[in-house]
Amino acid sequence: MSNEGFVTLYPVIIGLSVMLFSLGVIGVLVRRNAIIIFMSVELMLNAANLAFIAFARAFNQIDGQVFVFFVMVVAAAEVAVGLALIVAIFRTKHSINVDDINQLKG
Amino acid sequence: MPGLEIIVFGALALIAVAAAVMMITTRNAVHSALFLVVVMASLSVFFLGLWAPFVAMVQVAVYAGAIMVLFLFVIMLLGAERTGARMLRSWQTPLAIGLAVTVVLLGALLLLNTAPIEVADRPTAEIVMGSAEAIGLALYSVWLFPFEAVSVLLLVAMIGAVVMTRDERKNKSA
Repeated sequence: MSNEGFVTLYPVIIGLSVMLFSLGVIGVLVRRNAIIIFMSVELMLNAANLAFIAFARAFNQIDGQVFVFFVMVVAAAEVAVGLALIVAIFRTKHSINVDDINQLKG
Repeated sequence: MPGLEIIVFGALALIAVAAAVMMITTRNAVHSALFLVVVMASLSVFFLGLWAPFVAMVQVAVYAGAIMVLFLFVIMLLGAERTGARMLRSWQTPLAIGLAVTVVLLGALLLLNTAPIEVADRPTAEIVMGSAEAIGLALYSVWLFPFEAVSVLLLVAMIGAVVMTRDERKNKSA
């Protein structure tokens, strides 16, 4: 992207990051399916990645992109463990509706 | 040309937001996962434009190609995709055949039309921002400790995933 293009699009990119993050939060709060909640969390992480890359471009520093690397690795690890958890829960409860996982409720 | 960039990236932003909205509203979990793949692909194009080509390719390969495939595996495993059988619509088969023919013709056209490339000398200028070389330089010097720590994290996550899905009955009989 040329510099004029970036300066014009910078609000769009940051706004897009904010919108995607908010949509991820809405997805986590509104949906009851555990897997969809998980995917909304991934959406939030992607929004944060976009912000990192945008600022790395703005300040011409590579550190933002390196951090996106780390975010992706942590997301991969979290997805592996989280999906294993969901599968293990499904084995006993036969449901992935988070409203059904309430045995610890006082 | 900044005008073209604004149009392309603006349209891409709209596509990303629309796909994200569809992702959180659709009832079918598989559709949701595929809409998330659309979001990730459009973000990958954003990364390409923002001087991050390496990260863009990693996003496609790791995020859209591995993590979302894992999601789809688990959705299928848990049977969350069951929404009723859908027959292939009558207009989809001719459309698919038409697209395949177009792709083959385009490929043939490209093969016949490319001029022989000229191999350039290795560029001796400074390191391009966002290239694999630049990220490698930063990753192995300034960010070395997080890099090593993150590999331990991956190992721990792998062990955790295996332990949690292990079949308990085999243990009790031993």
